[in-house]
Amino acid sequence: MGASVDVRDLRVVAQSDQDEQVLVEGVSFSMRPGEVLALIGESGSGKTTTALALMGYARPGCRIAGGSIRIGEVEVTALDAAAQRRLRGRTVAYIAQSAAASFNPSRTLMDQVVEPVRIHGLMPREEAERKAVALFRELALPEPERIGARYPHQVSGGQLQRLMAAMAMMADPDVIVLDEPTTALDVTTQIEVLGAFRRVVRERQVTAVYVSHDLAVVAQMADHVLVMRHGRPREYARIEQVLEAPAEAYTRELLAAAHPAPRPSALTPEATAERALLEVRELSAGYGKVDAKGRPEQLILHDIELKLWRGQTIGVIGESGSGKSTLARCIAGLIEPCEGYVLFDNRYLARTVAERTRENLRRIQMVFQIADTALNPAQEIGEILARPLRFYFGLRGAPLRQRVAELLDLVKLPAAVAGRRPGGLSGGQKQRINLARALAAQPDLILCDEVTSALDPVVAAAILDLIAELRRELNLACLFISHDLHTVRALCDEVVVMRHGRKLAQVAREDYARGPHHPYYELLARSVPELRRGWLDEVLAQPHHAA
Amino acid sequence: MPAIDVKPAAAPKPRRRTRRLGALGLLGIAILAGWLLVALIGPWLLSGDAIGAAQVFAPASSAHWLGTDYLGRDMLARIVLGARYTVGVALLSTVLACGTGILLAMFAAASGGWIDAVLSRALDTLTSVPSKMLALLMVAAFGASVPVLVTTAAVIYVPGAYRIARALAVNIYAMDYVAVACARGEGRLYLMVREILPNIVGPMLVDLGLRFVYVVLLLASMSFLGLGVQPPAADWGTLVRENIGVLADGGVAVIAPALAIASLTIAVNLAIDSLAGRRGRAR
Repeated sequence: MGASVDVRDLRVVAQSDQDEQVLVEGVSFSMRPGEVLALIGESGSGKTTTALALMGYARPGCRIAGGSIRIGEVEVTALDAAAQRRLRGRTVAYIAQSAAASFNPSRTLMDQVVEPVRIHGLMPREEAERKAVALFRELALPEPERIGARYPHQVSGGQLQRLMAAMAMMADPDVIVLDEPTTALDVTTQIEVLGAFRRVVRERQVTAVYVSHDLAVVAQMADHVLVMRHGRPREYARIEQVLEAPAEAYTRELLAAAHPAPRPSALTPEATAERALLEVRELSAGYGKVDAKGRPEQLILHDIELKLWRGQTIGVIGESGSGKSTLARCIAGLIEPCEGYVLFDNRYLARTVAERTRENLRRIQMVFQIADTALNPAQEIGEILARPLRFYFGLRGAPLRQRVAELLDLVKLPAAVAGRRPGGLSGGQKQRINLARALAAQPDLILCDEVTSALDPVVAAAILDLIAELRRELNLACLFISHDLHTVRALCDEVVVMRHGRKLAQVAREDYARGPHHPYYELLARSVPELRRGWLDEVLAQPHHAA
Repeated sequence: MPAIDVKPAAAPKPRRRTRRLGALGLLGIAILAGWLLVALIGPWLLSGDAIGAAQVFAPASSAHWLGTDYLGRDMLARIVLGARYTVGVALLSTVLACGTGILLAMFAAASGGWIDAVLSRALDTLTSVPSKMLALLMVAAFGASVPVLVTTAAVIYVPGAYRIARALAVNIYAMDYVAVACARGEGRLYLMVREILPNIVGPMLVDLGLRFVYVVLLLASMSFLGLGVQPPAADWGTLVRENIGVLADGGVAVIAPALAIASLTIAVNLAIDSLAGRRGRAR
């Protein structure tokens, strides 16, 4: 049975040598037992910090500087360290975003699931194991009797996330904190996990705090929503009210970003009359040892066929492991295909970067998923953008500096950014630089690999706008890889659906709404959370998802 | 839609350089700079004759600040002259060892495949030879000249530097920005120098400091065994050996060179720690 939670004027600060930085300020909310509150906002908005404070915990270097947190009759901020340790895992449990990183790979799942209750000395091992198996069953895990004997790498990501929930529920906590528990999962897996979470939360009547950046997911789970930005509360209301009549401009921005509007296409009828710019024929690729026939041990791509015209954007969609990134890397020449060809502008492209001409390398540019790892932290932005200009065009001196400034202007960043390192930029800014570097080569084709996936919705929407604008201005062809069908449909002229390394279907923009399509495409389309209450119930009611 | 995520640069607060380095870091840099200076211009600083026949093992006095050694030579002068060998040889061999290690490591990481395997195994083999024995063999074969000492110490410490640098470089090589450079058509040299090197310099500086200490200690122990710089020239290790007779009496002649060795190694580590820490915070 859950407990009530009452937070008043919470204030969390980060302390460095001299100065104090306010992370969260003025946050107040109260929850009745069994209620679910969603904390929503972009990264850095203080939502996780707020959720962690419920356990009396602040990250290293931070501290809870003021306010009151009451769980039931207990004032959390007044507890000493030992009492707070007893509180954690027993009264308040925490489910982290990445279950894979939270489990110890060298111990069995059962060992780890029963660990919290053993540490707190709540029940003997046999009883704990019986309870764990019951929880596994409740969370719809396969083979509940035996799954505990496995190791973390032997179960899927979605199962691991549910095992983490089982671990959290072991001590019958009054409050659970779910920190983006489904963000790292594929959409089809997300549905099962959300369904399992919600059932457990409802049946046991625990009070839950759900941290997320995804309004559509929150709409399925929460009773109330607290919208946060820059460490301050922006809007606190019932979920229905937030969805239907948001009071704050920022909330409306979030809502708009949650269902992206279609971007205008850059594809002209004249372009399709010519030969395709890029043609992929029977392309196969893989990893591992190569056998006598030249086939690698592990095939990632099977016989991919694809045509892309100048100015066209094709979206490649699929779940993790579907081979969509491998496809982009094959086209870029970073991975050598074992069979098939890539034709570019009517000529066969060499298989690897080393064999391609510099001109062909210039005309195909790749933009990577995570701007953090795609920009060298030791180089200044000016240098990052200048290198391709020097490399491909031999620019030097004033024309070089002028072109760098033009590129920054093209992606709507101030020229002063050139003197900074990537560490001094926000996620969205970094992704803009990432794009600008690709555009520096004046390519005909850009390969965008999940370029918006790591960004907050509002920032991602701005990047999509930028790509849509640039492809029209520069007549770019674009292969847009994503796991998010909403995004792909908003931006692309055609959608290619991939699964297990095969191309299952190709759907043109005008047919998005008209069906029926390939069942897997339909499944993906159904699995994308929709921004209304009751969507999850409808999906779970369908035979395929009946868990 | 406006470019929503453009905000003005947060101007870094102007702080005095000294504050960032910390008092200990400054102390380390000061001591290190002092010893380097002594090593460079020491001989010209000495006024009198170092070999003046005075009392043997004289205690510290106004005439001989650090007393005299077993032949009655001024101890301060001996240490000043020895600095050239200890600091110079150690610094040269450390830089040589780390430089070679980093270069080979980056080459291995950027090449991969059999080049990486061959290099790694070859250097692992070198590690399996006991370092003192290798040094002994080298000195026995080529004599105890300064170039031989520098080469010996460098060869002994290359594999360690290589191991650490390769581990770092391989991680950097897996980053997307290296893939971007590859896809652009950049050559191996560019990948090594512009993409990998700047990202491993920080940790390798720390490694350099540690390795410097090992080299100083190796050279000192070789000198102590009589395998190092040969008389009449003397590094600090030799000074300890020569005057070991007064150790039981707490003679300043043996304590002073030992303290000199300690101060050098500690200073290098203080300096490197604060420099590396500053780099870390700047990210």
